[in-house]
Amino acid sequence: MDHLQLLTWARGPGLDLSLGVLVLGVIWRLIEIYGLGRKQDLSAPRDVAGASGWNTIIRRSVPPPGMFKTSPVSYMGGYIFHIGLAIVVFLFAPHIKLVQGVLGLAWPGLPSQMVDFVTVVTMAAMIVVLFDRINKPVKRYLSTFGDWFTWALTFIPLLSGWMAVHHLLVPYTLMLAIHILSVELLLICLPFTKLFHAFTVFGSRWYNGAINGHKGVPV
Amino acid sequence: MKSRHPQQPGTEFSVPGTVGEGLARHGVSRRAFLKFCTVMTSMLALPPSMAPAMAAAIAATRRQSVIWLSFQECTGCTEAITRSHSPTLENLIFDLISLDYHHTLQAASGEAAEHAREQAMKDNAGKYLLIVDGSIPMANPGYSTIAGISNYDMLVDSAKGAAAIVAVGTCATYGGLPKANPNPTGAVSVADIIKDKPIINIPGCPPIPVVMTGVLAHFLTFGTIPELDGLGRPKVFYGETIHDRCYRRPFYDQGKFAKTFDDEAARRGWCLFELGCKGPVTYNACATTKWNDGTSFPIQSGHGCIGCSEPNFWDAGGFYKALSMPANPLKVGAGVAAAGAAAGVVVTFLNRGKKGAAKAAHETTTLNDLEQ
Ligand code: SF4
Repeated sequence: MDHLQLLTWARGPGLDLSLGVLVLGVIWRLIEIYGLGRKQDLSAPRDVAGASGWNTIIRRSVPPPGMFKTSPVSYMGGYIFHIGLAIVVFLFAPHIKLVQGVLGLAWPGLPSQMVDFVTVVTMAAMIVVLFDRINKPVKRYLSTFGDWFTWALTFIPLLSGWMAVHHLLVPYTLMLAIHILSVELLLICLPFTKLFHAFTVFGSRWYNGAINGHKGVPV
Repeated sequence: MKSRHPQQPGTEFSVPGTVGEGLARHGVSRRAFLKFCTVMTSMLALPPSMAPAMAAAIAATRRQSVIWLSFQECTGCTEAITRSHSPTLENLIFDLISLDYHHTLQAASGEAAEHAREQAMKDNAGKYLLIVDGSIPMANPGYSTIAGISNYDMLVDSAKGAAAIVAVGTCATYGGLPKANPNPTGAVSVADIIKDKPIINIPGCPPIPVVMTGVLAHFLTFGTIPELDGLGRPKVFYGETIHDRCYRRPFYDQGKFAKTFDDEAARRGWCLFELGCKGPVTYNACATTKWNDGTSFPIQSGHGCIGCSEPNFWDAGGFYKALSMPANPLKVGAGVAAAGAAAGVVVTFLNRGKKGAAKAAHETTTLNDLEQ
């Protein structure tokens, strides 16, 4: 199998396989999570300002008072790499073309050089948060294999995509194939790892907020 | 002639049977030939000072005996090389060589033609150059024959005494169109069959004629084959992608893409990536040497590169699909979603079962238990 064949496999059967696992896994996991159910809470709800699902969704999306100073790397790094990732994934013209090919939807993209800059910043932020996780004893202690694994799953597509655009290390065709294959691995693992927070993040925030809100506790 | 150009001693134009004599006979002046060699040296990335030496070396050699075999092909490769406007660099190829067998170009046919091939093989054993265009059918030898000889037999037989083989066009180099899915004839490339001879691959559908001339000039000058890449292609011509040298590249870098072939962006010459251009994954010299005497090349004419010099380019997902788009229509359908839903429901029931079992196994702690 030469480079172009590998690339064509990645754009063909590989894409089919990974999207198939993604769709199957996401539906399975969502039904599983929401199907767990919960005992009915018979107590009378307490009405306290700021204690609700929606409040928690907003509150947990911004740093709690004082925390930004205590953990600047986690917050700054986290924001930068999440926003950067969204820009790179959704505003790079070839990516939009992919979405158009799969779903038929399209929107304007950003100039490639701007996406390139954002990619570098995003990768830098990811490396900083990784070092922070290794350096801080508490973070290191709390980290499991899943954390290291999902970091790598996210980082490799960024790095390989950036290297492909810049024609580094191996021929572009091979690097593009590696990039697409690494994204496909990410899609396959997404429903079954911590990366599933992409689908559950706001649901779980709302849920925590609503449960505690019922008891009158704003979280 | 000699006296007009005393500064290039050794560029012999009078010894019978040499390239020089052949050139003189066709009215090619030494000046024109030197110009040709200057272009060749620059194309082959040799120092310009090599040009007179190359001219001398080529002029003094005997015209290289060439046997040209055409198998499963469309004659486009021969067309590309012979139909260029005269006089051109590409035409000079026929002054450099003695084309002893080419069943499209030669006047003889049948037995007489085959005899010419056998004679050339005998007279130049171990020295002739074998040029092949077209792929070789392996599913059934009868799919393609010449004078009743199967392509496979003719290739193996002709390769035995060859100094080197030049596979011309994507069919001979990688199987090309005949090999495209589902490959009904079991087509293979020259390199799939011949393992014990140096093979130079000059892919392209068709290949750039001047690349062919360059390779021959190199062979005649040095008696060796040029440096090849992993796919057997001369690095000097196939070292970079079309995208690397494309004049539309600044638009690609800025994310400015034509959306249709006739929109405002297309008229402004923006990048053709979204219209399916395969320039980024195609190694060839079109963007620099161009075609028809340096007039233009596909991207300059407004059409994306189709990647014709790459193996299996016919099966690379379609010429008009961007490289980042799915190569084939996606097969993921409602079935997958239904399977996911079924898995979710099964797991939910299992989880509920576990919950129920835990609840049933739950023992109530009484006051008595605590007091004990
Ligand atoms: S037209 Fe093709 S080769 Fe030229 S810059 Fe765009 S993608 Fe690259």
